[in-house]
Amino acid sequence: MEIPYTVTARPDTGLWNAKIGIWLFLASEVMLFGGLFSAYIFLRLDAEPGYWPHGLLNVPVGTFNTAILIASSVTVVLAWAALKMRQFARYKIYMGITILCGVIFLVVKLGYEWPQKYVHFGAYIKSSALEKYEPLLGNKHLLAEGLPPRVEITGHLHNHEALHDPKIKEYEIALDPVYTDPTNPKMDRPHFLYVPPTEKIGVVQKADVERATMFLPTHNTYFATYFTITGLHGLHVLAGVLVFTYFWLPVGSKLYRENPEHLANRVEVAGLFWHFVDLVWIFVFPLFYLL
Amino acid sequence: MDASSSVSTQHHHDAHSPAHGSGAAGDHHELPFWRKYIISTDHKVIGIQYGISGLIFLFFGFCLMMLMRWQLAFPGQRLPIVGKMIENVLGPGAMANGVMTPEFYNSLGAMHGTIMIFLGIVPVAFAAFGNFVVPLQIGAPDMTFPKINMASYQAFFVGGLIMLLSFFVPGGAAKGGWTSYTPLSDIADKGPTYHLIFNGQTLWLIAFILLITSSLLGAVNFIATIIQLRAKGMTWMRLPFFVWAQFVTAFLLLLAFPPLESAIVMQLMDRVAGTSFFLPSGLVVNGAAVSISGGGSPLLWQHLFWFLGHPEVYVLILPGMGIVAEILANNTRKPLWGYKSLVLSVLVLGFLSFIVWAHHMWLTGMGTAVSAFFQTTTMIISIPSVIILSAFFISLWGGSIRFTVPMLFATAFLPMFGIGGLTGIPLAFNTADLYLHDTYYVIAHFHYIVAPGTIFALFGGIYYWFPKATGRKMSDFWGKVHFWPSLICMNAIFLPMFLQGMLGMHRRWYDGGQGWNLAAEKVWGLSGFHWNTPISIAAWVMGLAQIPFIINFFWSIRHGEKVDDNPWEATTLEWTAPSPPPHGNFVAAPVVYRGPYEYSLPGRAKDYTMQTEPVQPNERKAPEPTMSLGH
Repeated sequence: MEIPYTVTARPDTGLWNAKIGIWLFLASEVMLFGGLFSAYIFLRLDAEPGYWPHGLLNVPVGTFNTAILIASSVTVVLAWAALKMRQFARYKIYMGITILCGVIFLVVKLGYEWPQKYVHFGAYIKSSALEKYEPLLGNKHLLAEGLPPRVEITGHLHNHEALHDPKIKEYEIALDPVYTDPTNPKMDRPHFLYVPPTEKIGVVQKADVERATMFLPTHNTYFATYFTITGLHGLHVLAGVLVFTYFWLPVGSKLYRENPEHLANRVEVAGLFWHFVDLVWIFVFPLFYLL
Repeated sequence: MDASSSVSTQHHHDAHSPAHGSGAAGDHHELPFWRKYIISTDHKVIGIQYGISGLIFLFFGFCLMMLMRWQLAFPGQRLPIVGKMIENVLGPGAMANGVMTPEFYNSLGAMHGTIMIFLGIVPVAFAAFGNFVVPLQIGAPDMTFPKINMASYQAFFVGGLIMLLSFFVPGGAAKGGWTSYTPLSDIADKGPTYHLIFNGQTLWLIAFILLITSSLLGAVNFIATIIQLRAKGMTWMRLPFFVWAQFVTAFLLLLAFPPLESAIVMQLMDRVAGTSFFLPSGLVVNGAAVSISGGGSPLLWQHLFWFLGHPEVYVLILPGMGIVAEILANNTRKPLWGYKSLVLSVLVLGFLSFIVWAHHMWLTGMGTAVSAFFQTTTMIISIPSVIILSAFFISLWGGSIRFTVPMLFATAFLPMFGIGGLTGIPLAFNTADLYLHDTYYVIAHFHYIVAPGTIFALFGGIYYWFPKATGRKMSDFWGKVHFWPSLICMNAIFLPMFLQGMLGMHRRWYDGGQGWNLAAEKVWGLSGFHWNTPISIAAWVMGLAQIPFIINFFWSIRHGEKVDDNPWEATTLEWTAPSPPPHGNFVAAPVVYRGPYEYSLPGRAKDYTMQTEPVQPNERKAPEPTMSLGH
């Protein structure tokens, strides 16, 4: 028994089966990420003034990753076009570049951007103690400017043992630049270029701290959404890379010899998925890096 | 008799001997047992796998409820025999000296809802009937993606196993209700013995991810199949109504489930990674502030949950309506009344079901503007439902009805669904709902739709298509023995619940309302609390009433009366295939010439004309049936 229209289009719908399948799947994916993005909106609108952080992510690196993904979306189309023209060698090259781009994206995301967050530290100051840290926070200035207050002091934790040792009564933080000159708007976030923490150490008493952790999903709802959405997006990139690799390996060559149109169709379907993954990133990038 | 139906679908009866499965159209070699029945890619086998597992889950979920009914009728009393057995298996955390603990009661309630809806009705109504019947009705050899179809069942099966497994972990199965409202379910089980993964609520979430994956794979397959694999001549308006209902249902599953999946991922993050998606700032548990970042929103969970939850209601009912439509047309021996308006209604219903979800949340303080919007859309959605039900009632008009067993269930569906639907209207108004919210009134309302509504439709469908799946009929006598007690018990269970609800009895009370003044008030001679006893007895009797069905079902597979390919003298394509259909379904690809319900065409020797019968040159178009009294 043969299922019809696996390779050739059904005349009245103009579609072969997998193409309609992938579009339906992508519709469902839109709803999945839609649910997560609506959570982002909901939580951001719900956040108390000052509790939704800005400018904590590395914009140039994010821009680089955006460019990488867009480039890979182009090369996957070229790979498909090469198959349509029955130029298998060119297909191998373009598909190889696509896979490479996917891997680069993942390495940058998981190997560089995420770990950079694990070592960054933030301490939320109790509202009763905000006055005490005014020299670091500059809230009077912000109030006069009509801006939301700062309630968190961030940077690199100098005395790591303070996290676990109850005998240590204070956190020593190598401050992020904004806290060294809090009333200077030039120092304020977001910066386009990443600025590492300064040498200046700020001391924060544990007694004044409402909550202090590394920039992990537990730190606040911003990082919770950031890690969840980029994590799920990363899984999608990984899935795309695996599927492309499968088509790139001898399995693809074998299918090409048997039925080149079938391989072209498969690459087209996987490519549609890849464009979608790219598109999700186009939403992730401004929402988390820029806004 | 079907041999006369169409030249193109004639086939040899000897082609389908008892060793079915390998048919004329496909490969002739016998597949080993495990390939044929365990990891088959044949849509019919997958449909039957879904059907049998779904029925088992339905009965299991019903058993959970029968246990709860003891606690409600006789709170704090030892459950005879079964109580000791459960204590031996699940330990004193579930049954202390034969008395149900509150935690176990909560587990039973949550798992009853979850299992009935997601492991019982959806698999049977959508996956089982859809898989088995849809490709046959549209004249397709199989689903478009047979392997994905198999993966769908496997994901469902593993998800179901995990759900069952969760009864055995420390603390027992999930107890946050089938809605798993946060923040309660976020912090459930997080006691000193908390295991990150092996606790009821986390396993519930993991099982759900598998179930959602399964439904996604199924939904893509159904839609693609209906669009791509319709037989020659099977235009959209020649599709049986059942196919339309499944088509819309598939879209609901495709688009409504993913937001719940995102919510489930977030709740899983909350429980496993310590995030605060759904946990508000300043949360205090057992007198101590919880070490979380806070800033999350419990309301967010409710929105995402009900974004699935409401379309899910239509996922439960639409396949049932589709089954009833097929049975009604076949047994009234006349075309379904208002086919076009039915199709339009089901499409509108599907669309509107996405914008009514917040009517489950009147008491959350969303604000009057939001409530007014959702109240309006909820009112509007009743219109297509009423059109469908009215069309079904009118379809009975002037028919020469055959009261077969499927028809008994289908006719019972109509008033039962009507009661369920009409009693929903007070809940749709947020003023009335302030009082009725979370009472037994709500329980009665949605059970009227799902239990004597959908489940009766499913029973009807099983009796109706059983001959297609096996080549044998289920016993009429035992079918009636199954039907009448079930109908009586259903009403004995759920009608008094309306009274209890109007007395103000809360749906989650562990003691059946014994200690509450509201429940002491009398109505129709019994107090709200004392109504629990007759309800519980009716529930247990209904459990007994399913025994004839179970025996009839399994007995008839081998010993039922042998019938030919079209025992009901029906018109749709599945009855042109051999019974049971071989791999690949049809002996020759069917060609469709006419609509799905051409019964009692004037000037014909027989009162049904199959879709595969070519239109004669001088044939008149079938007249649209009217409501006129004189005929």
